[in-house]
Amino acid sequence: MSQAASSPAASKPAALEMRGVTKRFPGVVANDHIDLDVRRGEIHALLGENGAGKTTLMNILYGLVTPDEGEILLGGKTVTIASPADAISQGISMVHQHFMLVPVLTVAENILLGEEPMANAVIMDRKAAHTRIRELGRFFGTEIDPDLRVASLSVGWQQRVEILKALYRNADILVLDEPTAVLTPQETKEIFTVLRRLTAEGTSIIFISHKLYEVLEIADRITVIRRGKVVGSRIPSETDEDDLAELMVGREVQLTVDRGESHPAAVTLSVSGLTVSDDRGHEVVHGLDFEVKAGEVFGIAGVAGNGQDELVEALAGLRRPASGTVQLAGRSITGASPRRLHNLRVGFVPADRHRYGLVLVFPLTDNSVLTSYYRAPYSRGLVRDADAILRHAEQVINDFDVRTPSPLVHASTLSGGNQQKLIVGREFFGDLRLLVLDQPTRGLDVGSIEFIHRQVIAKRDAGTAVLLISAELDEVLELSDRIGVMYRGRLVAVMDGRSATREEVGLLMATGGREGPPPIIAEGAA
Amino acid sequence: MNLRRARDAAIIPALSIVLALVFGSLIMIFSSPLILGLDLTLPLLAYKALVEGAFGSFGAVVSTIVNASPLILAGLAVGVAFKAGLFNIGAQGQFLTGGLAAAAVGVWLAHAPGPVAIPLALVAAILVGSVYGAIPGFLKAYTGAHEVVTTIMLNYIALYIVAYVVTGPLRAVGATFARTPDVGNATLPILVGANGHLGILFAFVAVPLAWWLLYRSTIGFEIRTVGAGPDAARYAGMHPRLLIVVTMAFCGGLAGLAGSGEILGLTGFMPAGYSTNVGFDGITVALLGQAHPIGIMFAGLLLGAMRAGAPLMQIEAGVPSQMVDVLQGAILFFLTAEVLVRYLFRIRAKSAKVAELQTVASSYGGQATPAP
Repeated sequence: MSQAASSPAASKPAALEMRGVTKRFPGVVANDHIDLDVRRGEIHALLGENGAGKTTLMNILYGLVTPDEGEILLGGKTVTIASPADAISQGISMVHQHFMLVPVLTVAENILLGEEPMANAVIMDRKAAHTRIRELGRFFGTEIDPDLRVASLSVGWQQRVEILKALYRNADILVLDEPTAVLTPQETKEIFTVLRRLTAEGTSIIFISHKLYEVLEIADRITVIRRGKVVGSRIPSETDEDDLAELMVGREVQLTVDRGESHPAAVTLSVSGLTVSDDRGHEVVHGLDFEVKAGEVFGIAGVAGNGQDELVEALAGLRRPASGTVQLAGRSITGASPRRLHNLRVGFVPADRHRYGLVLVFPLTDNSVLTSYYRAPYSRGLVRDADAILRHAEQVINDFDVRTPSPLVHASTLSGGNQQKLIVGREFFGDLRLLVLDQPTRGLDVGSIEFIHRQVIAKRDAGTAVLLISAELDEVLELSDRIGVMYRGRLVAVMDGRSATREEVGLLMATGGREGPPPIIAEGAA
Repeated sequence: MNLRRARDAAIIPALSIVLALVFGSLIMIFSSPLILGLDLTLPLLAYKALVEGAFGSFGAVVSTIVNASPLILAGLAVGVAFKAGLFNIGAQGQFLTGGLAAAAVGVWLAHAPGPVAIPLALVAAILVGSVYGAIPGFLKAYTGAHEVVTTIMLNYIALYIVAYVVTGPLRAVGATFARTPDVGNATLPILVGANGHLGILFAFVAVPLAWWLLYRSTIGFEIRTVGAGPDAARYAGMHPRLLIVVTMAFCGGLAGLAGSGEILGLTGFMPAGYSTNVGFDGITVALLGQAHPIGIMFAGLLLGAMRAGAPLMQIEAGVPSQMVDVLQGAILFFLTAEVLVRYLFRIRAKSAKVAELQTVASSYGGQATPAP
């Protein structure tokens, strides 16, 4: 790690060293002699694709997994970490990607859970706890009211409560697993400010992410892991996104799709006054109007939970709209069934590939015809044609680069990226009028994202109207010819996809276009 | 590939049978009269007699098949429903109502020519069983009422319908106990041996039919998709609600057919206190057969053999024939305690092996599902 020598943090003492850490699972070496050192007051980014071994390494550090070889040193002394309780008592805290908060409890109750300060044997010292929580709030710039219910907080503030929880337990080393995955750019910026305040006071942070520009912005040093091995270490000033992506994937990666001008033709999808209610009967999409033309990508950006799910379900025939109309090339498809949409050449890639997109216990063959199984040549009357299905599966596997030992293995045996490529291959098949893509690359590795993005542009150029709904702002910016921002069930803005900036769209996602800072309390929750 | 998959599927059932036999041996040894000391050879003697009674002669084999065929049909009635993510505990009720329908039509047409009476009685049994199966299917699909609860309740209703009809409108005049009149010409002809009636063919026709339906037909693909991924089925444009009703009707028809075989082929009338557990035994058969038609056939034959061999075991070894119930219970216990079996034999779990039972727990209607 010669590059690290020039880092400003290099002079500081090591807070954590992991030496030669190795963990083998049946058939795979998850961690292969990994060395990692994190200094005091440093933000150390851990970069790698899904399945590269980041999670295993952090689980070892957090006492969830026992390593086969190697040692862990804290402040220069070898330690054994046998359990998360062990890790916490030694000053290691972890903030998981999925929040581990109890929504019905207050901020204070969530933070104190399991660590209740006792005034005596029976009574909890609530006051002392509250004082300390308020005091810790200084890292956030604003004080946080310990008596607020967590369920009423915005996502960004829930994230802060998770960090507070760790600070309350006197964490010296804080592991953040994809902390910005659910945040808007503005919220991300605020969290970064918090992290810098923490490191200024001596906390060390291990920051796990796959967003390269974020890592470059926040990290003091970056360690890249690929297939269980450390493949490189960088400091941000001496590297760039392309370099990091290549290290991560092991080959040159095109981070941005080459896309020419779009040539929008006639209006294909026309939505007007569309109103949709959720399962509880609450109206969550309010009178939406938009159009998607043949040969263009219309991207809908928005923080998750602003009505996108219900909108997509209404368009895909899985939920009946409360009112409004949907037209496909001038023909009404309001409330049309999934079967009818399929017959009208509408492709749909659902967000939840395990629940909707695939039947995990079925082989790839059956999954490759999940939406077309009833048609010739896959089915003739009552009888399925196994040969035709197999041929189709082989074609999808081949055309969409699905890595699998055989078309007969269960879909559950594939990696997330390959599962998604199978779904995309199935839904992109043939000549389509409209493609609805709901979070098409969520949780995928860089290589798969690159591939799927290229296919989307190819479909667009072939004259398909593409509706892209994604909480991943970069994806929307990357692919869209026009961008709509969804906020609290409304499209608050529609703008040109090439001139829109991340900041501009991010601000609209966070505030819906109104003045003032993003709210602490989630809208409509109080 | 297929052979390996079959072996993987058969290993837990096979070990469960072995463990049940060991368990049965212990019961026999420790329940023999202690004054004579523990008779360690008793289980061997008993199992030898059991095998002899089931396979020792041509008549024994016929008896095994006669016992097995309703179990196979009931096993399919439970197993096919498993594939759709449904736990059909109601095979017993469908079996009883189907049997009653066969008896009613049989009595009505007792003097009509056989080629007329028999098909009509069979069709009546299948139809009534189907309707009786479709009821819980409909309740599940359109109201969310769980089929385990509704089918158990319907089993009781079937019991009392039979009791009412047989002691009331259909009671045979002059009989010493409450029963229907004889079915006369609707009696199934004997094909082999002493009691190898036509009904034994039904099971061996139903097995390939169910297999073809599940694994070769388009609707079978839909049924399996609804079972393994109810939301994916909706996304794929299938109609989970309709499929649930259709599957339950199909399964009810199979159980009803099993009932008709017993009435038209063996007893020749329907008694009021008709006490068989064929429908319930179907659950064991389906689990032992891993919900696969071929597996169900073998499982049905095994349980049928135990039933056929039990009398000889009682005569030759002095072990009560109820011992086969103990064995059957133990098999079911070890099957469902798969974790225990894997631990005892150090078999690594292959994921998605007990998929059927898991899908039952998370099947369509398990949660409130919005329209459409």
